[in-house]
Amino acid sequence: MDNKLLEIKNLKTSFRIKDDYYAAVDDVTLTVNKNEVLAIVGESGSGKSALAFSIMRLHNRAKIEGEVLFKENNIVELSPSKMNKLRGNDMAMIFQDPLTALNPLMTIEDQIGEALFLHNKKMSPKERRNKVIDLLNQVGIPRPDYTCDQFPHELSGGMRQRVMIAIAISNNPELLIADEPTTALDVTIQAQILDLIRDLKENMNAGIVLITHDLGVVAEMADRVAVMYAGEIVEIADVHTLFENPRHPYTRSLLNSVPSDGHEGKLHVIQGIVPSLKHLPRQGCRFSARMPWMDESVHEENPVLHEIAPGHHVRCTCHEHFYFPKESKEVQNDGIS
Amino acid sequence: MWKFIVRRLLIALPQILLLSVLVFLMAQMMPGDALSGLIDPNIDPAAIEAQRERLGLNDPWHIQYVDWITGVVTEGDLGRSFRYKMDVTEIIGQRLTNTFWLSLVTLIFTYLIAIPLGITSGRYNDTFRDQMITGYTYVGFATPLFIFALVALWILGFQFGWFPTGGSVSPGLTPGTFEYFLSRLHHLILPALSMALITTVNTVQYLRSEIIDTKQKDFIITARAKGASESRVYNRHILRNSLLPIAAFFGFEITGLIGGTIFVETIYSYPGMGQLFVESINLRDYSVVTAVVLLLGIASILGALLSDIILSLVDPRIRIK
Ligand SMILES: Nc1ncnc2c1ncn2[C@@H]1O[C@H](COP(=O)(O)OP(=O)(O)O)[C@@H](O)[C@H]1O
Ligand code: SF4
Ligand SMILES: [Mg+2]
Repeated sequence: MDNKLLEIKNLKTSFRIKDDYYAAVDDVTLTVNKNEVLAIVGESGSGKSALAFSIMRLHNRAKIEGEVLFKENNIVELSPSKMNKLRGNDMAMIFQDPLTALNPLMTIEDQIGEALFLHNKKMSPKERRNKVIDLLNQVGIPRPDYTCDQFPHELSGGMRQRVMIAIAISNNPELLIADEPTTALDVTIQAQILDLIRDLKENMNAGIVLITHDLGVVAEMADRVAVMYAGEIVEIADVHTLFENPRHPYTRSLLNSVPSDGHEGKLHVIQGIVPSLKHLPRQGCRFSARMPWMDESVHEENPVLHEIAPGHHVRCTCHEHFYFPKESKEVQNDGIS
Repeated sequence: MWKFIVRRLLIALPQILLLSVLVFLMAQMMPGDALSGLIDPNIDPAAIEAQRERLGLNDPWHIQYVDWITGVVTEGDLGRSFRYKMDVTEIIGQRLTNTFWLSLVTLIFTYLIAIPLGITSGRYNDTFRDQMITGYTYVGFATPLFIFALVALWILGFQFGWFPTGGSVSPGLTPGTFEYFLSRLHHLILPALSMALITTVNTVQYLRSEIIDTKQKDFIITARAKGASESRVYNRHILRNSLLPIAAFFGFEITGLIGGTIFVETIYSYPGMGQLFVESINLRDYSVVTAVVLLLGIASILGALLSDIILSLVDPRIRIK
C-alpha cells in the first residue's frame, strides 16, 4: 500500500476546441510505485503527453477531472503555491525536444541554478555553481566548468538534453517523468541518452514514468507497461506479461510492428492512425474503426478494464475472439510513429 | 561580438558611400547649380562660363563628386544656401540640435507609453484591457500623423493655450538658465507627444505579439516545471525574452522618427531639420535639400547600425560569435 508513489484515479483531461471540450485523456486510472519504471507506450496522438502534463499540472488551458494523488496531495486541486513547491522538487520532467526546452538567453548555469534556487533559497551562489558543475558531471557533460557559462545554442541536441536531465534531477525528485526523451535526437545520441537514463535509474531513488515509442527500451528498462490508445489505457501489465502474453489487439499490433523471433516470420500490424480529438469515437470501443474485419458481435459495448490476471488489465474481453485479418500485410518496422 | 560589430561597421561604410553618391547625383539633376542662384543674372554669360570652368563645374560627374565629398568630409562644406546667404553647415547646426532633442523626447515618450501598454496587452491578451489597447493601436495606425498633430495643436495649443504653438524656445531667455531649459521642454512636449502617440503603435503591437509568442515557447513550460511561480515565469522568462527584440527595434525607431519630424516640425513651426527640409524644397534651396537628405540618410543608416549593435550586445546568440 505505502509502496505507491503516484495514484491516478479516473483522470480526464479535456481541451477546448471552439465551444466544446474534448477529452485527450479519458478515465485513466494508474499507479506508479516507488522506484519503479512505468513505461507508457502508444502511437502519436494517444494522449501520452497530455497525461504527463496533467500529472505535473503543466497544461495551460485544460479541464482536468479526477484525482492525481502524490505525497498526500491531490494535484488536481492543489493551490498554485503548493504546486510550485512540488514541481521541480518532488516531481520533475524531461521533455521531448531539447532544442526548444531551454531559454535561449540564459546560461546553462543560470538555468540549472534556477531549479536549485527555487527550492533552496539558502544556497550561496558559490555553492550553487558547485552543485551545477556536479550535476553536469553526473549527466556526462565533458567540461562542466566551461559549459556552465555557455548558452543553449552552443550545445548539440544531445548535450542540451543532458542539461534538461540535470535540471530534472537537480533536487532529487521522487517522481521523474520522461516524455519521449530521445525521439528528437539522432540515433547514436539516442543510445547515449538512454544509457544515461538507465544509469540514473540505478542511482536515483525515484519512480520513473518513461514515455517512449521504443519497445526495445521498454523491454530493457520498464518494470510495468501501460498501453494507451485514443486517450485510454487499453492494457497494463508487468513487462514480462506484456511481452509474453499481450491480450489487447492494439498491444499485439504494436508488438508485432517490432520484428522479433517467434512470429513465424510474419508481422501483423493494424493499419490506420489515431483519430484527432474531435473525431474520437466516444462510445463503444475506440479501436473498432481500425478492425473492420472483426465481426460486430464480438465488440464489447462499453469496454472497461478487466483484470484478467493479477496486475494485468485489459480493456474489452473481445481479445478471446481476436484474430488478425488473413490478408494482413507484412509490414516493416513502421507501425508506430 | 567585437568581430560582429566591426563587420557591421564595415557594412555601414559602403552604405553611406552609396548614399552620398546617390545624393550627389540627385543634386546634379536638380535644375541650376551652385552658381545660378548666387550670381547676379546681369553678369556676362561668358564670365559665368569662365567661373564654371574655374570651379570645376564642367568636369565629369565623378570628378565633381570627389571634389564635393572631399569638401564635405574635410571641411564640412555642404555648399551655400542662396536663400539665407549662409553656409549650409551653419544653418543646419542649430536645427540639428533641435531635431535631436525632439527625437530624444519623442523616444522617451514612446517607450514610456509603449512598454506598459505592450506588456499589459501581451500578458493579458484577449481580455478587455487588451482589446482597449489594441483598439488604440488600430486608431493610431489609421490616423495619419499630421492629422493627429494638427488636432493636438489646435486643441491644446490654440484652444486651451497650455502649450506654445511654434518655435523651440520663448524669446528673451538666456541659454543655460533653468528657465531656458524649461521653455525648451515646454516647446517640445506637444510635438513630441503627437509623434510619440503614433510611433508607440508599432512598439505596442510588436511587444504584444512578441509576448504572446514567447508565452507559448517550450522553455516557458520548462520554467514552470522547475517550480517557478507565474510571476517569476513572467518576469524572468517571458518579459526578458520579449524585450530583446524591442531593444533591437530601437535603431529603426530613429528611421521612423525622421519621417515623423518632417510633418511634426512643419505643423508646429519647430525649427528643426524636418521643417528646414520642407521649407527648402518649397523655396528650391537645393543645396540645403541635398545636405538635409544626406544627413537624414546617414541617420537612418546609423539607426540600423545601432539596432544591430544593441542586438549583438544583448543577444547571446550573436554575442558569442
Ligand atoms: N493544448 C492542446 N489543445 C488541444 N488539443 C491538444 C492539446 N494538446 C494535445 N492535444 C490533442 O490531444 C491529443 C493527444 O495529444 P498528445 O498527448 O500530445 O499525444 P501523444 O503525446 O501521445 O503523442 C492529440 O489529438 C492532440 O492533438
Ligand atoms: S472491443 Fe472490438 S474493436 Fe475494441 S479492441 Fe475489442 S475487438 Fe477490437
Ligand atoms: Mg507526446
